[in-house]
Amino acid sequence: MRPLSRLNLFFKKVPVNLAVIIMCVLWIVPTLGLFVTSFRTREAVRTTGWWTVFAGTPKVLGTTEYDTYCASCHGNDGKAITAADLSDANVVSQYPSASSLLVMLRQPLADGTAHVNNPALPENTKDAIGTLSDVTSYLQTLSGQKQSTNQFTLKNYVDAIVGYKGTQDYLSDCEKQVTSTLAVYKCNASDILNSAGMGSAMINTLIVTIPATLGVIFLGALAAYAFAWLDFKGRQWIFALLIGLQVVPLQMALVPIAQLYTQLGMQSSFLGIWLFHIGFGLPYAIYLIHNFIVTIPRDLFESVYLDGASHWMAFRKLALPLAMPAIASLGIFQFIWVWNDFLVAKIFLTTHPVLTVQITNLLDPRGQNWHILTGAAFLSFIIPMIVFFAFQRYFVRGLTAGSVKG
Amino acid sequence: MVPKIMRQGKLAPWLYLLPAFLMMAVFIIYPTIATIRLSFLDNTGTNSAATTCAAGQPCWGVFENYRYALTNPDMLIALRNNALWLLLMVPATVAGGLFFAILADRVPYEKLAKSIIFMPVAISFIGAGIIWRFVYDFQSGGGAQIGILNGIITGLGGSAVTWLSNPAISNFSLMIVGVWLWAGFCMTMLSAAIKNVPSEILEAARVDGANEWQVFWQIMFPTILPSVIVVSTTLSIIILKIFDVVYVMTGGNYGTEVIANRMFNLIVTNTGRSTALAVLLIVLTIPIMIFNIKRFRKEEASR
Repeated sequence: MRPLSRLNLFFKKVPVNLAVIIMCVLWIVPTLGLFVTSFRTREAVRTTGWWTVFAGTPKVLGTTEYDTYCASCHGNDGKAITAADLSDANVVSQYPSASSLLVMLRQPLADGTAHVNNPALPENTKDAIGTLSDVTSYLQTLSGQKQSTNQFTLKNYVDAIVGYKGTQDYLSDCEKQVTSTLAVYKCNASDILNSAGMGSAMINTLIVTIPATLGVIFLGALAAYAFAWLDFKGRQWIFALLIGLQVVPLQMALVPIAQLYTQLGMQSSFLGIWLFHIGFGLPYAIYLIHNFIVTIPRDLFESVYLDGASHWMAFRKLALPLAMPAIASLGIFQFIWVWNDFLVAKIFLTTHPVLTVQITNLLDPRGQNWHILTGAAFLSFIIPMIVFFAFQRYFVRGLTAGSVKG
Repeated sequence: MVPKIMRQGKLAPWLYLLPAFLMMAVFIIYPTIATIRLSFLDNTGTNSAATTCAAGQPCWGVFENYRYALTNPDMLIALRNNALWLLLMVPATVAGGLFFAILADRVPYEKLAKSIIFMPVAISFIGAGIIWRFVYDFQSGGGAQIGILNGIITGLGGSAVTWLSNPAISNFSLMIVGVWLWAGFCMTMLSAAIKNVPSEILEAARVDGANEWQVFWQIMFPTILPSVIVVSTTLSIIILKIFDVVYVMTGGNYGTEVIANRMFNLIVTNTGRSTALAVLLIVLTIPIMIFNIKRFRKEEASR
């Protein structure tokens, strides 16, 4: 190919490449935002957008507030008024908290004017303290009492695992022996399994998912074998019925099964949720495995039969091993499906919240705990993501093999 | 067909089928019948639904729960929203998936690009809800906007938007999450179909002077149409039952209510109405169910 035409080809491809890259970026940015945020400190998350981490050194906490209220008189370095040098640790240490700072600032200056007047502080005490807590922190940085802290942290994950709901963070609360935290936590390794946290939810999800996956594979393979290699009345019709059952919305079963479980004393039991997931997974499981088993050459079956093998032997030694690709597809699909389920777990497993349910328990409607929530969400993604990337081929086949699932 | 030599009595097949049939009978067939029965009873499932009629109000007798399902103002919003999801979000997702499948087919990093678009399929709807709540985050007061959408808008000098609590846009905000979640699924299904279109035919058309637009609509699209229909029906069934995303992002408030969320909220307080909504869902599913069975039987016949 001549260089010129190669260049031509390249430019012809630019719009396509651009479109693909733009779509990929659009698709990845929401998840990236969550990922980046899960490693940022509470203050950093609250005060700046996550994308600012890509824009070089972040502003120190309280910079904006200091510039607004203080810098015009005290100067950018805090040294403009010698009598009140804000870079002097002795001066600043008189006002360790936002409220002590507010009391001082509310008093008029020697000439009778308000201390902060251009602009004035918020009237509302709560708002004023909110603003001043950032100023306090800035002054501490300015006077060298506090090192400007790193904005990245792993504490969010610790908080998510233990399900921390306080106003600081779990580790520092434990260090300071905060009473409200000690009421909930023991501050030792056992907190990893605190029932309000993502740690115990992860265990619950595993307990739900693994048997629900294995059960559907086993029962589905048995029935699929019968549909493929055994003869019985109404085979065609029952199989067509299975296609219909695949799309029955699981909402149909919620109320009657909840009532049934209450009568049997099985409400909020793992057994109940396993059986429910297996029951609803079977129509698709049978369909998927059947479509694979039926393609195994019949000569193979005939020869094992001539050798005197029973159906059970043929199933175990021939059908099951040869159907492994289909079983893997189904298994991975069902695993991810059950792992990500929310509705069934929310109704049938109320006392053992799984990951999806626990995330909604951690959700703060006012959006004040994004640092914990993002960590919690990422914890719930880890395993499905690993499974997805390791077995993408099987997952795609499981998802697209035939029809749909309830 | 089953080889003669393998027939072993009348009982053997049922030993293999029984466990699965029992499970499906208990968890799909029995509840379906029980749900239909409950939908004609009152809020606790004891008396006929007709007894819940209030004097002087319109009354549909034993169909009283269905009167709720079809005429209650909240339900009208839910029905409208389900229709919006089906009519806007499903076509947008299928078109988006198809568009990306065609584009990705032409770049050398196809596999990576497809993985990126497909990845949301592997995460939970609840997780996706969290991801997008953060994208749409709105901070009241003068503080910085930490959601990227409002961050961009305020960065460009605009004022922040309440994406999820403004009824005029909240539905669309949620539907975008749906597109993000499911476009990868459509792309994967359609990508396989596109690769099956014989390239000689496409090349022949190009040699004959057809432009890409004509090649797509006159050759490629008719060939992959069966796959497009399968993907659309599959997605429609999923979207009809859309629940988690709405539940976690708006709780069905701000004009975003959908049937499945209402059904969920009524499970404890009113089994009659809740089951009537479940029946409504399955009735809406039945056309697709019949379509799938017919398609299956046609495929069987052609084997």
